[in-house]
Amino acid sequence: MKHARVIHDGAVQRATERDGQLLLADGRQVSFDAVTWLPPLEPVPRPRTILALGLNYADHAKELAFKAPEEPLVFLKGERTLNGHRQATRRPAGVEFMHYECELTVVIGRTAKKVRRDDAWDFIAGYTVANDYAIRDYLENWYRPNLRVKNRDGATPLGPFLVDRDDVPDPMAVALKTTVNGQVTQQGNTKDMIFGIPWLIEYFSGFMTLQPGDLILTGTPDGVVDCRPGDVVVTEIEGLGALMNTISD
Amino acid sequence: MSWLPNGTVYGALLNQRSEYEALAPHMHDAPYKAPPKAPVLYVKTANTFNPDGGTIALPARVAEVEVGATVGLVMGEQGRVRGCVLLNDVSIPHASVYRPPVKFKCLDGFLGLGTEVREVDPAAVQIEVRVNGELRETVRFDDLVRDPARLLAEVGEFMTLGEGDVLMLGCDASRPRAKVGDRIELRSAALGTVSHTLVEEAA
Repeated sequence: MKHARVIHDGAVQRATERDGQLLLADGRQVSFDAVTWLPPLEPVPRPRTILALGLNYADHAKELAFKAPEEPLVFLKGERTLNGHRQATRRPAGVEFMHYECELTVVIGRTAKKVRRDDAWDFIAGYTVANDYAIRDYLENWYRPNLRVKNRDGATPLGPFLVDRDDVPDPMAVALKTTVNGQVTQQGNTKDMIFGIPWLIEYFSGFMTLQPGDLILTGTPDGVVDCRPGDVVVTEIEGLGALMNTISD
Repeated sequence: MSWLPNGTVYGALLNQRSEYEALAPHMHDAPYKAPPKAPVLYVKTANTFNPDGGTIALPARVAEVEVGATVGLVMGEQGRVRGCVLLNDVSIPHASVYRPPVKFKCLDGFLGLGTEVREVDPAAVQIEVRVNGELRETVRFDDLVRDPARLLAEVGEFMTLGEGDVLMLGCDASRPRAKVGDRIELRSAALGTVSHTLVEEAA
């Protein structure tokens, strides 16, 4: 099933996808454009851990002129960076290079501590799409990628849906695609990840306990381009959905 | 009921002058290549939260940890600071600050939490760090690279600190080290005490 979290008639509601529309918790069925989309996540009782991978596709690592890492490059984000489907993300004035990053995102479903990779799938609630924007002008070599690049308000759209784990038979072999104003600019496949999902869950849960609702953004493949105010950016993952965002100034 | 953060806890690297000056001779070298322009922040995740009086479990591979006595600014509404809290920002020692320090700073229990948020002037706070009762250092907050007002303003240029979020003001260069069996105590006249004992992680 595909789960969403939306505002309709002023109230936050859970919804599920049905026949290309949204079935709201209150029983009404409405079109996708009749709601305001929120990240497809339930509130959590304590701050959400949001892990994100850099350079986790062999081709992207090459593009960025770094050798492929021997251990994952991971950074953290605060929840305020998240944004919903069909929302806007601001491009700061005067910057030269702001790019999207289409990323398969794992949503943790059970408390995960010292999980072995063979058991990792049992700890996943489902998957969604993230667009983890970066503003490269602000890159500095201190805890890189630094938060000024990667932790900006609303600069990580997430959604549209949380898709149940069992509805995605092989998340390690799905196509990713980004379009800017309808033109395909990024294409890849999760089979090219350097560190795959079970490996990452074993690695992180080996030193930090993950809780339901925590996220792992698994990195992006080759093909990032600059986005300008007014651009419509759609990051899409096979079987998960197409996440739309507009750049604002 | 002791205090727990209900927002994201951020820390500021290189904001204690001693820490900045220790790295200053190397700031133009690889991999850094230039001194930092904007505040350099990191995150302490929720799994690190460890109320006063508990234990901190060290994996067998970790011989020692650094005691990071610091002050957290606890945010209220509309960008205002609600108050300050005493924090122990525990780290596995790491020389390079080129990559985010997740595996050094985000182990379970690696943020010792003060018991309450108090309205004090951070510049007047001193924290005594004791290990097994012995005074190892006194940390002050009256000569920061960016004082709280400036740090908040410069962080606010690129991200919002919302109600419940916490911003730690930085750790000293001479962070005392501690090992399994040691009892760590932070004591501040203004902010109270935080104590933890380091234990070996159960296999």
